[in-house]
Amino acid sequence: MDTTIKNSNLKSEEYFINMGPQHPATHGVLRLLLTIDGEIIKKVEPDLGYIHRSIEKMCERDSYQQIVHLTDRMDYLSSHINNEAVCLTVENALQIEVPERVKVIRTIIGELTRIASHCLWWGVMGMDVGALTTYFYGFRDREMINDIFEETCGARLTMNYNLPGGLMFDIHPNFVKRTKDFIAHFKTKLSEYDTLLTGNIIFQKRMKGVGILTKEDAISYGASGPVGRGSGYSCDVRKYHPYSALDKVTFNESLKTDGDSFARYQVRIQEMWESMAIIEQLIDNIPEGDYQTATNAVIKLPKGEFYQKVETARGELGVYIVSTGTKNPYRLKFRSPGFSNLSLLNHIAVGGKIGDLVATMATLDLVIPDIDR
Amino acid sequence: MTNEALQNLISSWIPELEFTEEGSQFLNITVKPQQLHQLLSQLKSNIETQFDYLFCLSGVDYEKSLGVVYHLESTTHRHILVVKVETEDRENPTFDSVCDIWKTAEFHEREVFDFFGIKFNNHPNLKRLFLTDEWVGFPLRKDYVDEINMVIK
Repeated sequence: MDTTIKNSNLKSEEYFINMGPQHPATHGVLRLLLTIDGEIIKKVEPDLGYIHRSIEKMCERDSYQQIVHLTDRMDYLSSHINNEAVCLTVENALQIEVPERVKVIRTIIGELTRIASHCLWWGVMGMDVGALTTYFYGFRDREMINDIFEETCGARLTMNYNLPGGLMFDIHPNFVKRTKDFIAHFKTKLSEYDTLLTGNIIFQKRMKGVGILTKEDAISYGASGPVGRGSGYSCDVRKYHPYSALDKVTFNESLKTDGDSFARYQVRIQEMWESMAIIEQLIDNIPEGDYQTATNAVIKLPKGEFYQKVETARGELGVYIVSTGTKNPYRLKFRSPGFSNLSLLNHIAVGGKIGDLVATMATLDLVIPDIDR
Repeated sequence: MTNEALQNLISSWIPELEFTEEGSQFLNITVKPQQLHQLLSQLKSNIETQFDYLFCLSGVDYEKSLGVVYHLESTTHRHILVVKVETEDRENPTFDSVCDIWKTAEFHEREVFDFFGIKFNNHPNLKRLFLTDEWVGFPLRKDYVDEINMVIK
């Protein structure tokens, strides 16, 4: 029987499809409304708000010590860095100089957080594109960092280790040894990541030339973190606006100019090496001293406006506080990295296939509570 | 550029701008709504200022008025500037959209519309972003009341 189509007047039609809110590749409750023609994406419209908790409104009611706890629940994979951002804003506003010991410990744990976050990203990103093994490798190494955190402050994910003026408690006596052990272990394992996945030809075909973002667009869309740096946009807050002990260490900003998914992937792998280099420079020289400076039980910020940027694992987090001199902020805005990084998804996914969208989203490394604050 | 040089340059473009550094680590400019778009597009296109990175766009309810605050940075010159705009019209507050200048503004303006009810002229897709379309009121306004869901101390 002849099955070839003689009549070539077949028309294709655009149609709607829902991706999420519980699609496993969306990592959380993000719903994407896709307009597709066959398998080609014509439009991606994110529908947000499934887990919006109105943290900014709650902040207007809470004291500054309480706000620190809320920030854990935004980007939960960078909880320590989020805490640090609020604490730095309050400390700068009150002109409190925290001890050197606090700065160094904050930076070490911040970089450990970044490695843990990138390990998790690497695991689930591999899984998204069909490489199930990465999940177990990534989580095995992240587990060691979580154990260090648990011993330090009792929590593995939502840490709450910071408070305005310093840290909750001093580091555990085992902290230095365990961190060094982890670095020694992870140095051998991180090169395995490359052997397992980076050079894999199937993986490279899924990643290279997919989801291309130019440098101009990256800046215009407010991209930050590895998403911006994968497009050759030098945007590391740790370089341009160093905070805590980051002005005392030397490290390279990982930059790639291709702007595709593979470039973003390479930037994050490179960042893990750089984070290890930062920790190694600090871990043997944690200064002696207090782990906190005394602050008033009721913290009142002076009248005015305060802004602080930090580099979380996903990019630039901004804290904007408008104070009228009371014990609560009049207005507090979190400029979250994921929100801006999500806004460019439509731009880079249009014209690609649904499978490419999954790979692109995986390299944007979205954490939904960070977007739905 | 230093804040002083920025102030001298920008005040030569548009008279009647208010400059202040009081109570803030950055230079702040307050602009009238009708001059907002002209000022912001000039801040981006001028070769000496080149504010190409809009890193934060926030709505603020000042009770007497509603305002939007734009935090700008230049990726070339690395200087930072804050532009503020306010309106006393709480019923129908409207500013010009800056989506055509910075694409990131599209999502940020939708967020401000969602929570403050501030409208933006010429926005390509101005509708609620987080809340449902049926939602009544604008939660981040100071006079918003929700007796069931809000815990007030």
